[in-house]
Amino acid sequence: MRRLLGIGSALGLTLTAILGLFITPPDRVMGTLVRLLYVHPSVAWVAYLAFGVTALACICYLWPRTRAPFWDRLAVSSAEIGVVFCALTLATGSIWGRPTWGVWWAWDARLTTTALLLALFIGYLALRRVTVDPGARARRSAVAGLVAFADVPIVHMSVVWWNTLHQPATVLRPSLASPTVSGSMAWTLLLSFVSFTLLYGWLLMHRYQNSVLESRLEDEGMEIALAERWAEAVPSGAGR
Amino acid sequence: MFRDAALVAGKDLRVEWRSRVGAQQVLPFALVVLVIFAFALDANHNLLQTAAAGLYWVAVLFAGVLTVQRSFALEAADGLRDGLRLSGLDPAGIFLGKAAAVAGQLAVLEIFLAGGIAVLYSASLHGVVLLVLSAVLATIGLAAAGTVYGIVAAGLGVRETLLPLLLLPVVAPVLLAAGKVWEITLQSGPGAWGWMRILVIFAVVYLAAGVLAFGPLLEES
Repeated sequence: MRRLLGIGSALGLTLTAILGLFITPPDRVMGTLVRLLYVHPSVAWVAYLAFGVTALACICYLWPRTRAPFWDRLAVSSAEIGVVFCALTLATGSIWGRPTWGVWWAWDARLTTTALLLALFIGYLALRRVTVDPGARARRSAVAGLVAFADVPIVHMSVVWWNTLHQPATVLRPSLASPTVSGSMAWTLLLSFVSFTLLYGWLLMHRYQNSVLESRLEDEGMEIALAERWAEAVPSGAGR
Repeated sequence: MFRDAALVAGKDLRVEWRSRVGAQQVLPFALVVLVIFAFALDANHNLLQTAAAGLYWVAVLFAGVLTVQRSFALEAADGLRDGLRLSGLDPAGIFLGKAAAVAGQLAVLEIFLAGGIAVLYSASLHGVVLLVLSAVLATIGLAAAGTVYGIVAAGLGVRETLLPLLLLPVVAPVLLAAGKVWEITLQSGPGAWGWMRILVIFAVVYLAAGVLAFGPLLEES
């Protein structure tokens, strides 16, 4: 399953790169800059998806009936991927914004919300890093993650009123019947969404496996150390 | 629940009153922040007058972080956290009490800071109803969110550095909305009431989150 996802995303991303860089035509207005379209929206989508999964996992952990270490591990795995992709979203957006808007950064609603989202989840990861006891860590970070996520709509609403410059959503607008991208561009965009989502799944499964191993290390580390120490001691004891 | 809240708030405020940390450290710090802003903006009178509202709320925010730190430093000493758990008080009551104590201290601070911007930045404080109402709502929101994150970061060795990172992005909407209301009111512009909605929503969300989450957070560790 994991290997399949890995191969699928690698193939998809390669194909997206080829299509995006060589096959699709440049845009009439934005020229070759439009090729960022095959990276930026899908990366942003993965970031939002990852944070959404984290929030869901936090809810499932806090709900007494579904409380299980699984949700805690899923939350942290997804949050870490989310932070990376959120940073990538801001970086690619910035690269696109400089030639298009003339500035690296604009205090636009969606940019500001995304930046604050990044800060919120960096805080979440920092909190996880410094809490030692696994039970307390799981509970505190679940609350922190959920409360942070609850903040996102409020942040978004406030910054929308504050300032808006970002162009309205191109693909996910209600009237899908008349999308504003067409032909090979639309297919490449779709492919990039699918491949980045596969990549997310692949990374998530690996990261989850890592956190399983991490907690095994926490649990068994002392016992292994003790066993090794005993094993060292036995020969000398026998030799006495 | 509310009786417990009153007990906890009374305790916290009494401790603060006797130790005078708020009056002798946090308040002077907030006033120094106002002075520092003037340095940063080159003591340009027009600029300071325009920015007075935003700078005011940034100063409140910084002082709020310190107040929350202080509020949970009290509980960290001498195993008082266990004392609170043994006291049999309703966790929701403890949350409301601690938040109320923080809000009370912030309110006093805000009055002094308002005097500060009136004197230092020559901001003319009119439209008092709007100013006070938005300040009350923002203070409730700040105190509630601060108390939630205060307990989340409580007992950690790195609390001092972690709390600002957790809290400042979360309270960004309060800073934005309260700053806007004050800015609009001080310049007698229209549209201040719309921003009040954000302050109300924020306060309600974080009060609810604290009431629900404080029990589980206090139990552990």
